Amino acid sequence: MNAITSVAAADLSHLRADFPILQQTVRGKPFVFLDSAASSQKPDAVIEAMAHTMRTQYANVHRGLHWMSERTTDAYEGVRDTVAALLNAPSRDEIVFTGSSTGAINLVANSYGALLRPGQAVLVSEMEHHANIVPWQMLRARQGIELRVAPVTDAGELDMTALEALLADGKVGLVAVTHMSNVLGTVTPAARIAALAHAAGAKLLLDGSQAVVHRPVDVQALGADFYVFTGHKLYGPTGIGVLWARRELLEAMPPFMGGGDMIASVSFEHSSWAEVPHKFEAGTPPIVEAIGLGAAIDYVRAIGMERIQAHEAMMTEHALVRLAQVPGVSVIGHAQERGGVISFSMEGAHAHDVATLLDQNGIAVRAGTHCAEPLMRRFGITSTARASFGVYTTLGEIDVLAETLERIGRFLV
Amino acid sequence: MSEQQTATRDAAGSLYRDLVVERARRPLHGGVPDDVDGIGDGTNPLCGDTVQVGVRLGPDGAAALVRHRTRGCAICAASADLMADAVQGRTSDEAAALLVWFEALLTQGERELTPAARAELGPLLAFAELHEYRSRRKCAMLPWSALLAAYRSSEKA
Repeated sequence: MNAITSVAAADLSHLRADFPILQQTVRGKPFVFLDSAASSQKPDAVIEAMAHTMRTQYANVHRGLHWMSERTTDAYEGVRDTVAALLNAPSRDEIVFTGSSTGAINLVANSYGALLRPGQAVLVSEMEHHANIVPWQMLRARQGIELRVAPVTDAGELDMTALEALLADGKVGLVAVTHMSNVLGTVTPAARIAALAHAAGAKLLLDGSQAVVHRPVDVQALGADFYVFTGHKLYGPTGIGVLWARRELLEAMPPFMGGGDMIASVSFEHSSWAEVPHKFEAGTPPIVEAIGLGAAIDYVRAIGMERIQAHEAMMTEHALVRLAQVPGVSVIGHAQERGGVISFSMEGAHAHDVATLLDQNGIAVRAGTHCAEPLMRRFGITSTARASFGVYTTLGEIDVLAETLERIGRFLV
Repeated sequence: MSEQQTATRDAAGSLYRDLVVERARRPLHGGVPDDVDGIGDGTNPLCGDTVQVGVRLGPDGAAALVRHRTRGCAICAASADLMADAVQGRTSDEAAALLVWFEALLTQGERELTPAARAELGPLLAFAELHEYRSRRKCAMLPWSALLAAYRSSEKA
């Protein structure tokens, strides 16, 4: 570990004051929010940016010939630069706003998918969120492509040997894998996957919904071709997601949805498309949400993604130690490189009972299949409880989790 | 109660009262024999929990035996076992009438019910607190949907 992971540098507990929701009690107990991987809480900066927009600076974008529309367009378009900087994208024109990660993946499955031919394949992994499985199954049904699945090892890591073998026949046109598992916390070796994919003539899509929240992301260094993430896990609002893709890919891809804002001209005989990225943004975009996302990115970048990564590494390390001390609790997945998402089960107790009993103590975790049923089957489990961390998580909260689990175990098992 | 027991009790809250935990752990009506008149199944797609209910009916159509095979959480397992107690001696229509009260209990809580309804529900009042846990209501409801399916399948047989 380098110097930045020192406890002092990683202590972000002062940030809790930025999150009004965390000042509350739940069921009479201090609110311990350990469900950021599902959706994170919002800092004042985001809430204020959105409220300020609606109070003082709102009109539709790209079409008004008036002062208010131009100011709103500036704010909205400014977020494209903010996102490009977050991802180190080569150009702001490569940033496409969508409604969510799911929306971004569906865009790629439809538009890039339209360029794939029967006989070609899309390769996903066994640890994908349903959002990175189902759109490819739908593409398979439409386009007659093959869907391949790279297995996951017992440790919860991508089986790279198997992945390489699945690429060997050169039929894979696209590898679509998570950059960080929402169940296991596993961070995948994205740069290695990119090299293997490119050597086999395939493009690489990374689902960064979790990764972008927990660590610095540089799409150029990773060698990705597509990168998607969502705003609401990154301390921003719901309803806004991002697709980054290399310009030449965006230019080659047909539009996804048709409508206003994505056209150059329209007649009943023929329409022509706007330049990228607008070609992919049909209709009035989520303007206020994009501005909220911009504020969220400003917020995390002001803290520093390296510091956030160090903070969460400390939380994760502490949680793994504390959970190991709770009788009957076992953690699913032991990847070498992982982020602040931990799935666990308690012997003799159902994950939903554990989650409800934690909730009765003011502790919010997620329980269930985490939108990753194939991964659950891989590990022979029906559901897990999941604790996930954010910038506001404290060591004390993790202690409360472990102590409460111990009491639940004594009672329930 | 010792201090430790009190602390454990606090962790559990009033939903997981002794009756619920005890019946989940050691069901009195577990296991479905082959010689039942009707069998019904229920699955919760959210968590994969499953309940199978078997009923044997008397000549008047009243349940003489109700058994279940439950793979699920404590709420689901205890609900199945306490349901088996509660519908003993009831016809399909009488069980459906009890279910109306049970659903009212799960959605509105105990205080909204009439004294007569509370008396009908008896030990099932253990689930009253579920009205504050919307996401867990279907855990308690799953055995009942399997039960109604079991009554229906006995009518066909």
